[in-house]
Formats: sequence, C-alpha cells, structure tokens
Amino acid sequence: MPDPFDSILYRYVYCTLSSTGDAECAGHGLFGGGLLPGGLEWLAFPLTAAIIVAALINGILGGVLMMIWGERRLLGRFQGRTGPNRWGPFGLLTPIADAVKTMFKEDVVPTVSDRLVFTLAPIMMLAPALLIYAVLPIGAGTWLADINVALLLIIAVGGANVLAILAASLGSGNRYAMFSAMRAVAMLISYEIPLVISLIGVLMLSGSLSLVAIVDAQTIPFFIVQPLGFFVFLVASMAELNRTPFDVAEAESEIVAGYMTDYSSMKFGLFFLSEFAATIATSGVITAVFLGGWHGFDPIPSQFWFVAKMVAVLTVIVWIRASWPRLRIDQIMNFAWKALFELTLINLVVSGLLVLAWPSPSTAELWYMAGINWVVFLVSIYIFGRVLGPKHDSVRAGNIQSGVVLSDSDAPAIPAGGGD
Amino acid sequence: MPLTTQPITINVGPQHPSTHGVFRMRVTFDGEEVIDVEPIFGYLHRGSEKLAESRTYTQVVTLTDRLDYVASMTNNMSYILSVEQLAGIEPTPRGVWLRMIAAELQRIASHLVATGFFLQDLGALGTPLIFTMREREQILELFERLCGARITNSYMRPGGVFMDAPDDFWPALDRFLSDMPHHVDEYEGLISGNEIVAARCDGVAVVDSQTLIDASVTGPMLRASGVDWDLRHRQPYEYYNRVKFNRPLATASDNYARYMVRIHEIRESLGIIRQCIEQIEPGPVRPETVPALIRPPVGDSYVGTECPKGELGFYLVSDGGVAPYRCKVRAPSFINLTLLREMLIGDKLADMFVTFGSIDINMGEVDR
Repeated sequence: MPDPFDSILYRYVYCTLSSTGDAECAGHGLFGGGLLPGGLEWLAFPLTAAIIVAALINGILGGVLMMIWGERRLLGRFQGRTGPNRWGPFGLLTPIADAVKTMFKEDVVPTVSDRLVFTLAPIMMLAPALLIYAVLPIGAGTWLADINVALLLIIAVGGANVLAILAASLGSGNRYAMFSAMRAVAMLISYEIPLVISLIGVLMLSGSLSLVAIVDAQTIPFFIVQPLGFFVFLVASMAELNRTPFDVAEAESEIVAGYMTDYSSMKFGLFFLSEFAATIATSGVITAVFLGGWHGFDPIPSQFWFVAKMVAVLTVIVWIRASWPRLRIDQIMNFAWKALFELTLINLVVSGLLVLAWPSPSTAELWYMAGINWVVFLVSIYIFGRVLGPKHDSVRAGNIQSGVVLSDSDAPAIPAGGGD
Repeated sequence: MPLTTQPITINVGPQHPSTHGVFRMRVTFDGEEVIDVEPIFGYLHRGSEKLAESRTYTQVVTLTDRLDYVASMTNNMSYILSVEQLAGIEPTPRGVWLRMIAAELQRIASHLVATGFFLQDLGALGTPLIFTMREREQILELFERLCGARITNSYMRPGGVFMDAPDDFWPALDRFLSDMPHHVDEYEGLISGNEIVAARCDGVAVVDSQTLIDASVTGPMLRASGVDWDLRHRQPYEYYNRVKFNRPLATASDNYARYMVRIHEIRESLGIIRQCIEQIEPGPVRPETVPALIRPPVGDSYVGTECPKGELGFYLVSDGGVAPYRCKVRAPSFINLTLLREMLIGDKLADMFVTFGSIDINMGEVDR
C-alpha cells in the first residue's frame, strides 16, 4: 500500500493539524504544525480528508465553470463569432450568471414521473464523475489518494453513468427520454469494451494499475508507445462522454435533449455539471495515462504541465464538437464492434509480444516498441479504412455518378418512364 | 414466453428543435425505425389567400413576402408575373433585369439556409449553419441597399420594381460575386467530402423519379432524381432565355444528391447574375403607364416560376375589380411534402429529420 504521506497535499494539511510529532512531519506543515489541541489528535486524519475533499470539489466546480466559458469561447471562434464577452473580462463571469439563473428556475417535476428515481438520477450522474478525481494525480505529489487499483476504479465508476441515464430516462416518463435511454445503454456498454481493452497495453508497460505508477513509468509519453491504444481510448472516451460525433443520447436535433428533456432548474444543472466534470476527468485520465501526466521540464511546476495537457485534450474535444456532424446509432454500434474492438485486440496482441520481448523496457527499448507500434497503427488503420469504408470511397469518386451532372443541352425530353 | 414489443407513437412538433417551424408529425416507431408518419399542418395558417381578396393587386405583394419568408424576392416575382399576364402589362427591360438579379440572389440565400439547416439536422453543432448564415447576411445587406428591407422585401411591382438600384449597390454586388465562389468551395471542402455526412446521407430516403413526377414534386428535389425540369429553362419567363446556365442534375435521389444539387445551383445562380449585370442597360425601372390602381379585365392567369424550393405559381382570377377575385397559391413546400410519409417509412429516427431538412420546406408557405 503506498504511503499517504507521498501526497504533498496530504502531508501539508495533516502536519498543520497534527501535533503528535510524526517523523514524516519534520519540517512540514504550516504555522509550525499542531493546530489541533491535545486530546483532539484523533481528528487530524478525518479533518485532513474533509479539507482536501472540500478543496477538490470546489476546484472541480471552478474547473467546470472555466470549461463552460472556454468551450463557448472556443466554439465561438470556430464558428467565426466572438462567444460570450459581456459579463466580466472576456465574459469570464458568464458561467456564474448561468449558474445563478439555473438555480432560481422553477423546479418542474412531471406528474407522470417516478419522483424518487427522477430526483436521484442527477445525483447518480454527478457522483461517479466526482469520484474519478479522487485518484487523479494532478501534479508530482499532488493527489488525494494513490491506490493500487486506480485505473480499475476509474473504469468502474466511469461506467456507472449508464445507470444514471437509464434512471433519468425511465424516471421522467418521457418518450424522447426513452429513446435516449435505449441509445445510451446500447452505446455506452459497447464502447466500454474497447475502452477497457485499450488500456491493457499501457498496463503491461507500466506493470501497475496505480495512476501514479503509470505516470512514473512514462519516460516517454505512452501515446507515442501505444498509438493504437491512445486512438481507441480517445474515441471510446468521446462515446462514453456523449460528445459529438457520438452524442446520440442527447441529440438535440432528433430527440430534443434526450434523457434531460424533462429536467429543469438545479436538476438540469447537476446533469450539466456532471457532464462537464466527467469531460474534464476523462481528459485528466487521458493526460495521466497517455500524455505523460505531470512530466514536463523545470522550472515550470508539474501541476501546470498536467493542467496544460488537460486543456489541450479538452480543446481537441471541443474542436471535434465544432466540426463534425453526428453519426447514426447503428453506424456507431458498427464502428464499436467492427473497428474499435478489433483494433484493440490487435493492439493487445502486439503489445503483449513486445512486452514479452522486452519485459521491463528501458527508454531505448520503449522507442523500439513505439516504432513497431506506429507501423502496426498505420497499417491497421489503413486496412480498416479500406475494409469498412468502401461506401465512402464510392461516394467520393461518385460525386459524378451519384452526384451532379450539369445539363446544358437545349431541350432534353423528360424521361419517358421517369427515371434516367 | 417470447419477448413482445409494441410500437410507440410520438408527437414530433409543433415545438421541436428541427421541425423548421411549427410542423407536426405523429410518428409511430418500432424501436428506432419509423413505421408510420402522419403529417399535421395548419399551425401557421394566416389565410393569406383569403386576405388577398380584400387587397388591391399592389398591396398583395406584401402578403407574398410572408409566404416563404426566406425567399421573398422569388415570391414577389411569381406573383407579379401573374398580375402582369392578367392585366397585360409589359415590364421595362431594366425592371426585368433587376428582378432577375434579385431573384437569383434570393435563390442563393434560400439554398444557403437549406444547406445550413440540413447540416444542423445532421447534428453539426451550428458551425455550418453559422457559416452559411454569414454569406446569407451579405445577400440580405445587398437587399437592404436595393429596397431598404432585408427579409420582407416587397421590392417588385407590376411592370418592374419600385425603385432603381442605388449606385453603391453595384460595387457591393461585384464584391459579393467575387467572394461567393470561394465560400462555396469552402462548403464543398468542409461538407461534401466529410465521411460522416456521406455515411449519413448516402442512399437515405431514395425516391424514384416517377413517384416524384406523379406527386408533382418540383425543384431541387426533382432534379436530384435526374429529371431535367427547371421552369427557367422549360417555360422561360422574364429574360431567362437570354442567359445561359447549366441545370445541375443528380441521379441518386438521396439526401446527399439533394444537397449537392443545391450547392451546384448556387454556382449557376452566380453565373446568371453575372450575365444579368452584363446585359442590364439604363432606363426606367417601371413603365409610367401602369396605373396606381390596377383593374385587370375579367379573366384568369397562372404563371409558374422556378423558386428555390420548386414551382411557385399564383393562380389569379379577376372579376374586373381592384382586388383579385381569387388568389390560389401553388406552394412548392406544401406539394413537396406530399411524399414525406413514403420517404420516412423504414428509415431510422435520426434520418427522419435529415430527410425533412433535405426536402427544404418553409412553414410559412406550407400553411399560408
């Protein structure tokens, strides 16, 4: 079990409170330590936990507000407009105004709804999104908990939002919501599988499920060593997050707002919050697992590196949202089972063989692996594109055949039987 | 015991993000698949045809603006041509050229709106819509110079137009004509080659051309099925026989083909406007002889014109008075919706709205 004192956060808060003179506390803690009076020493541990959790949750809320602002600004730029700029410098206070507005809206509960399930669903949605942050290492020594099954925990709680979507849909008794539930459950369960398998390659390289150990193992970022795993994980994460082009569960132009259709006020706010919290958390996981986590170069602090990489991932996600239309649900399922699943299996086999060849790889050996993996990545993507995408090719070439011919002859007869 | 399922019926609209106004469908689904569609109209009915009977011939022009409110100029033109035929008014050449320029600009604007909302229905989050609206804005600004109004123009009058284009209109139009091809290229680059657009639209909602002809569907929807039917070419009105233009045809008759036809028609319209500018000459925009209160002889008239959405025609009956005795609108949006049920059945829920967007209707015209 890793020592909790590895976390700088924990050590500082604990040593500030406790005065038992722990060996680990020597020279740490603010105000010389020992703020808790004698007899209340036992409070140090729960209080430390509570303080860090409170700080983390508020940090997440702040991050979500920043992301709402950032996403709207970025979307504005992508679409050739300014984005929110009225309230505060650069419109920075817009999300706060939004939050206040959301809180003061009337909380409508439809009469046909199942009241308990309807009310619980937003909370069920938010809880797993927040849980992921518990194991996310935000910088060197800056984490809440370093547990040896961190990645397993992330996968487990990340999959729990299916339940919340199902509860919200069936609880609100709305037919659009029911479509959303069917789509979401089918899609999320399908994408769970490539998501999990794509991580196995990383696990074999790092030899640990702990995020801290995985970040430590990345002498070169794993997206270079595991391009196929990175690609599949990124795509499957987008599906897990219900982001474009996989946003069928809340497809605005089709099923209004999907499972959120009947929600208003703070219940809707919680859905909104959890969606953004989950997006930030996933970008954090991608950063930690594939982008080298907090590694950067001095003197810029490690926390900054982590956040910068997260922002980069978020930017890509927003960019995709601004550019692409939505896929249909059957195409999404085809893509999961016919493309992503096979790609992860290829990655699994190749990575397994490579790890067999170099059991505990040095940096140089990691580079060899990267080279082989990139060849596999490019070849398999090319083959899958050719095999699964003949339709697209025919359309491309067939802009003449199925597309448009220009007719300038003077009076061609109307085809006798219609047709051409 | 076998698992039983039952179809589910949903009221889509009149309040729905992608029904393009207040259209309502009662749709029955089997899972995600559409098995029955019942379109329900009338939420935007304003009695335009009846209102026309109590207005003078010139006043009715303002009513036509509000039929298809993203293509007012072509509505004006269709109505005015019918009045001119009824009253035997000969328009002045400059008036006709100005009307053609305005109508072709309007066609581009309408196709831009159609393309933007089509992509919006595909789930592209506003970006293509805002891109196309950006260019439509340029056209609306041109209209503003031309007649002072942006949407409800009421620009045309029996015999021509109500005022000549101001001097600053022509350089602005030139600028637009030189910019627009690049923007069309931009749409083509962003949309036409997109794999997701192709995957979503290719082979969806195919209708064969005979069915379309039987349902008297017109416009880009018909041309996307390979039928060479463009009234500007078949029954040239105005001076369309003095300009050369291609008629984009597609054979696939699916959502992608309908989109491609519109994009290519934008290019052709730009060419028509260029030819109009070359041929336009100074002169009066309206004959002096047209009386303020037109009293056509007893009779009737119908002129079909090629509007962005299809054949729009006004059937006017005159009893010799100052107002039409009867004004019947042949609205392309309404008639193109005839095949909606056939097009949607068997498709997925997601394709429903894409197909709906590819038909390109306007509720102001459907309900009138």
